[in-house]
Parts: sequence; structure tokens; C-alpha cells
Amino acid sequence: MERIPILRMGQFLLVTIQVDMHDQLALQLQDDLTASIVRHGAKGALIDISALEMVDSFIGRMLSDISSMARVLDCATVVVGMQPAVAITLVELGLSLPGVSTALNVERGMSLLRTLGFQRNGE
Amino acid sequence: MTTTDLLASVLRKRSDALLAEWMNTQAAGLDGSARSRMTREELERECRQFLQLLSKSVQGGKLAEANTPETQALLRYLEELSRTRATQGFSSSETASFIFSFKQPLFVALRSASGKDADGLADEIWAATEILDALGLHTVATFQKAREQLINRQQRDLLELSTPVVSLWQGILALPMIGTLDSARTQIVMESLLQKIVETGSQIAIIDITGVPTVDTQVAQHLIKTVTALRLMGAECIISGIRPQIAQTIVHLGVDLQGVTTKANLADALAVALKRTGHSLNG
Repeated sequence: MERIPILRMGQFLLVTIQVDMHDQLALQLQDDLTASIVRHGAKGALIDISALEMVDSFIGRMLSDISSMARVLDCATVVVGMQPAVAITLVELGLSLPGVSTALNVERGMSLLRTLGFQRNGE
Repeated sequence: MTTTDLLASVLRKRSDALLAEWMNTQAAGLDGSARSRMTREELERECRQFLQLLSKSVQGGKLAEANTPETQALLRYLEELSRTRATQGFSSSETASFIFSFKQPLFVALRSASGKDADGLADEIWAATEILDALGLHTVATFQKAREQLINRQQRDLLELSTPVVSLWQGILALPMIGTLDSARTQIVMESLLQKIVETGSQIAIIDITGVPTVDTQVAQHLIKTVTALRLMGAECIISGIRPQIAQTIVHLGVDLQGVTTKANLADALAVALKRTGHSLNG
């Protein structure tokens, strides 16, 4: 069964979605990511969707859900590299993903994660 | 079938007389502006050509089938003619009257040719009316189509014209919007802006709506969609150039622009954008 790899970088987790998402894969990712956050005590997760060219409402909701779940587990999430077509689709579907942090590319996403983690530590 | 031959023979034998009479009818009907757009010689040439094609195409009291070469040539000629008229700025009724004004001379000629046979004349006139009506309607339909094509092309030109995305600073894009926003335009604006964000890796986009005359709920909705899409991609958006009336309209409409940074003018927006990207201006 195919899975989306979750890589650990220090206290952050890196998820790169390189294949077309289908519902089963999305649910699997949700399971794996929440488990990994708990196992590694991760403070931040970066989800790179720059290779994702098609989304439906399910995948859109999954992104939103993962981000909420991570927040409950005290882990910041940043979604990076969304394609214009994907962004337009999500907006037209009425999914504005409130509460999900976004960045243009992985580099910006990492620096945003660090700031978010820093803010939390400061609290 | 004497009736059928009469129409065809009138068209063939009396074409010169018909042409002269027709020209007179049209000259009387045209107003000054139409006359200035085309000379009498041009009109005469067109009429002569139409008569020739018509007399070839009329067989047995009606038009030959649409797929015969004669009728094809006639229809094509009319299409060409109405397209030319559409681009020359003639109105649809002026174009249609080119055909319909031919009725009078034709009926007169039929009357004189049919002698005392009233029944035969009525049949002839009915047949001729049917033919000319069909041709007239075809002309108007083509005219309309040509007009629509013209309008579509102009709309496309306008769309291309009106969506420039400019780079104001490193990492700062600006989109000066001019003219009324509708769904099609906003879609194109949104796509070109998002594409440019990906290409340049810019963090901030400023949408300037100084040139947008009115904002209604739909326009506001489009703006909010664009802002949301930008945020999803990880860029920020500032809306600038909001005029006092538009600010009032937005509030009266109950549009929620909270969560969107808005500034009164482009200069203020640029200052905010520079600050956010970490640039500073001295002096």
C-alpha cells in the first residue's frame, strides 16, 4: 500500500505530497501524521503541496482537519507551495481554510514555522 | 405552371428596368448618413450582382434548394454584403431594407407582365414575397452574427488590455484595476495575479481599485475570493484606492472586509508592504 513519507528534521516534520491524492491516501496521511507528531514530540509540521495539481472538497477539508488536529497536539502546521489553480478551486468550493498557515515555498514555510514555534515558546 | 415562369422571366428580361427602379426606391429611402457611407456606384454594383445571382437561383417560382451552387452563391453574397454593412456601421433595419426595398419594383414589374390575370398575379406576388422574405431574414441573421463577433472581439481585447500585473518592488506586486469588474474579468485577473506570484515568489500583492467605478456585492465577493486564494498560496494582499463613496457602499451592503488589509491609496499600501517585507525607506 502506498504511503506519503513523513520526514523528521529536528523538531519539525516534513511532508511532501508528490502523488495525486485520493481519499484513502488522505486518511492514511492523517493517521500517520498525528501518530508521528506524538511519537517525535514535533513542534511544527510542513506540508508541501507544490506537486498537487488537483483537489476536491475532501482533500481541502483534510488539509484543514490535519492542521486543526496538529494544533490540538501543540504542533504548528504550514501548508506551502499551493498552485494557483488549486487555490482558485478551493476558494470556489468555499473552502478558505481558516486557521491554516500558508507560505509560498518550503524556505519561507520553514522560517514561518520557526517564528510560530518561537511565539509558542514565548507564551 | 405559368406562374413560376413569369417570375423567372421577369427577373431575366427586365433586369435593367428593375435595377433602375430599385435604385430609385433605395435612394429615396436612405437618409443622409447612410448615403455618405456608400456611393451610388457601389450600391448599383451591389444591386446588379444581387439581381444576377437571384435570377440564376430562382427556378419554378421559388429558390432552388439550398445546396445547389446557384443558391449557395446567392446566400454567400448576401452574407458578405451584410458583414460589410455591419462593419461600415449600418443599422440592421438599413441592411434589411436593401432586400425589402426590392419588393416594390418587382411587384410593379410582375403586375405589368401578368396583364389582366389577377389570380395569377396574386400567386406570383406571394411567391416573390416568400423568396425575398427568406433572403431578407438571412441577411439580418448574418448581420447580427457579424455584430456579435465584433462585440466579442472587442470584449476580448478589453480583457487583455485591462489586467497588467506590475512589480513595484522586490517581492511586491501591484494590480491596478480599471473598469467594471464582472466574473469573467475577475477570473482572468485572479489567474494572472496568482501566476505572477508563483513566477516571482512575491510575498505581497496590492490590488488597487481606484479605477473601479462601482463596487456591488458581487464585486466585493470577487475581491474577497482573490484575497483568500492569495492567502492560500502563502501571499498577503492589500486592497488600496478605496474612494469615500465605495467605503460607504461596502459598509451599507454589509460586506465583511475584516481580515483584509485596506488602505486609502497606493502610497500607503506600498509603505505597509515595504515594512512587512523588511525594507525601509530613508528620507
